[in-house]
Amino acid sequence: MTATISLPLTRKDAAVRVARRRAALHWVAVHSLAIAAALFFVLPFVFVFLTAVMSDRQAITSDLWPRSWQWSNFIEVWHTEGFLSWWRNTLLYAGLGTVLTVLSSLPVAYALAKFRFRGRNLALMAVISMMMLPPQVIIIPMYLFWAKQLHLTGTLWPLIIPMAFGDAFSIFLLRQFLLTVPKEYIEAARIDGCGEFRTLLKVVVPMAKPAIAAVALFQFFYCWNDYFGPQIYASENQGAWTLSYGLASFKASHHTNWNLTMAATLLVMAPVIVLFFFAQKAFIEGVTLTGVKG
Amino acid sequence: MALVGIPVPAALKRKRRREALRTFAFLSPWLIGFSVFFAYPLISTVYFSFMKYDGFSAPTFNGLQNWSYVFNDYPSFWQGLRNTLWLVVVMVTLRVAFGLGIGLLITKVKTGAGIFRTLFYLPYLAPPVAATIAFAFLLNPGTGPVNAFLGDLGLPTPGWFNDPDWSKPALTMLAMWGIGDLMVIFMAALLDVPREQYEAAELDGAGPWQKFRFVTMPNISPIVLFAVVTGVIQTMQYYTQAIVAGKVASGVIGGSGQQFEPGYPNGSTWTLPQMVYNLGFQRFDTGSACVIALILFVISMAFTSLLLRRKSGLLASED
Repeated sequence: MTATISLPLTRKDAAVRVARRRAALHWVAVHSLAIAAALFFVLPFVFVFLTAVMSDRQAITSDLWPRSWQWSNFIEVWHTEGFLSWWRNTLLYAGLGTVLTVLSSLPVAYALAKFRFRGRNLALMAVISMMMLPPQVIIIPMYLFWAKQLHLTGTLWPLIIPMAFGDAFSIFLLRQFLLTVPKEYIEAARIDGCGEFRTLLKVVVPMAKPAIAAVALFQFFYCWNDYFGPQIYASENQGAWTLSYGLASFKASHHTNWNLTMAATLLVMAPVIVLFFFAQKAFIEGVTLTGVKG
Repeated sequence: MALVGIPVPAALKRKRRREALRTFAFLSPWLIGFSVFFAYPLISTVYFSFMKYDGFSAPTFNGLQNWSYVFNDYPSFWQGLRNTLWLVVVMVTLRVAFGLGIGLLITKVKTGAGIFRTLFYLPYLAPPVAATIAFAFLLNPGTGPVNAFLGDLGLPTPGWFNDPDWSKPALTMLAMWGIGDLMVIFMAALLDVPREQYEAAELDGAGPWQKFRFVTMPNISPIVLFAVVTGVIQTMQYYTQAIVAGKVASGVIGGSGQQFEPGYPNGSTWTLPQMVYNLGFQRFDTGSACVIALILFVISMAFTSLLLRRKSGLLASED
């Protein structure tokens, strides 16, 4: 009697134990793999940091650990000629660029998502084509336009002004999000006598905050990271260089100083990474929106 | 309720006109942007590709001479095209495979998923110039930590950015380091796969590989296509990393004016976009630069049309 009861029980116990052990093994395998991957992603930052605080002499050896922590490297980089003006220019480019992009792209995205009109699909296809266009395709006539007609090369304006006329990627991303805003809200606002513009401002914008935040962040990062644009338009005038462009030339004057170069590299990366920690969610949502939801 | 033949009431007509005007008003910033920063320069690029123009004296028509120069006489055209194709094939394949792998891994992580996700994502945000300089340091053949480590293990120590055989693999590694965007896209797609399909497959006795092959893949294949196509287009524009890596590794970094061996080492990092810059802004051969620009345009638009064909996805609307 007891045997007939305990036998199935022990068998079940054994099955549970096997399943548990398998789950534990799975857990260990997955997390070891994740740690290995994390090392690949994190170690470059660690080595850059460790080198940034080394002395000049140690930085050209293959030592990994600093013998003395020379924090003054960061201060030295900070006081390098031009560094502060690169910061100012980058903030101007990224700040103004972001504001203009959001302001000009939002109404376009709203129209593409919520208005019905002839040629809407055609317009959308044009937006996607613009989004996919390599910047090098149109750079020659654009350069000639800014240089010969408007005489604005040597400044950042050829990069900033176009952002007042909608950015294809931002329009696309905002439109993908606005598609998910229920029609009812907009219709309710219309019935209440709201004009289209007020509907956009009072009803849609508050709901689209995460998407707007994502677009703003992407645009900010795009400008911050841009090398091609400043190289084309601003390289002739050192006073208009940005961080990305300046950093590439930084090593010229610090030819053998890997420590200072790495300190400068970190100083250029830092704001981007700090900003990310404050706005992680908006960022991840934005990336998802571009690829998945349609 | 057939309205055929009945004239449209004036009120409705007014409403329609008001709606058209409203649409026009909302679209106007982009309409200007499209004409001035897309249509006009594109037409000009076509125009200049048939012109002899040094950027200073008046352009003169010279037929197909720029095209023939690019294909037959521009010494590095074919090498640059081969490099670009190499990067497209290897970089895009490995990035998509690795991004999918990391995306799968992150969906399986139970403990500390948020931390891992952040760590995997961060490199994507590193400014390309900064990331490239960092990699040039890490992979420095003499003093870089990577070769020090490989040497300690008794493994061969490649010249990376200083060796024409290793420069493109090094760039590929750099590209895989910045996989964060793909990871997030794949992660979202993987989490969207209906649970029931996995359960049904399990009941049918499917193992992990079969579940991946017959449940996961069919569900995420549109996203894989999206990643491949956008990856190809991005790699066609590959510029900053190639140029900065060459400059740092060759030791000839300069701001404006200072020349360095293009595509260092040995033309191995030379790509199509660099040709536009080289021909247009260094050799002042505007016409030939526009020929390269058009080649880039045609290839990019061919791939873009693949994305547009998936009407259900990108062009979907709510009605």
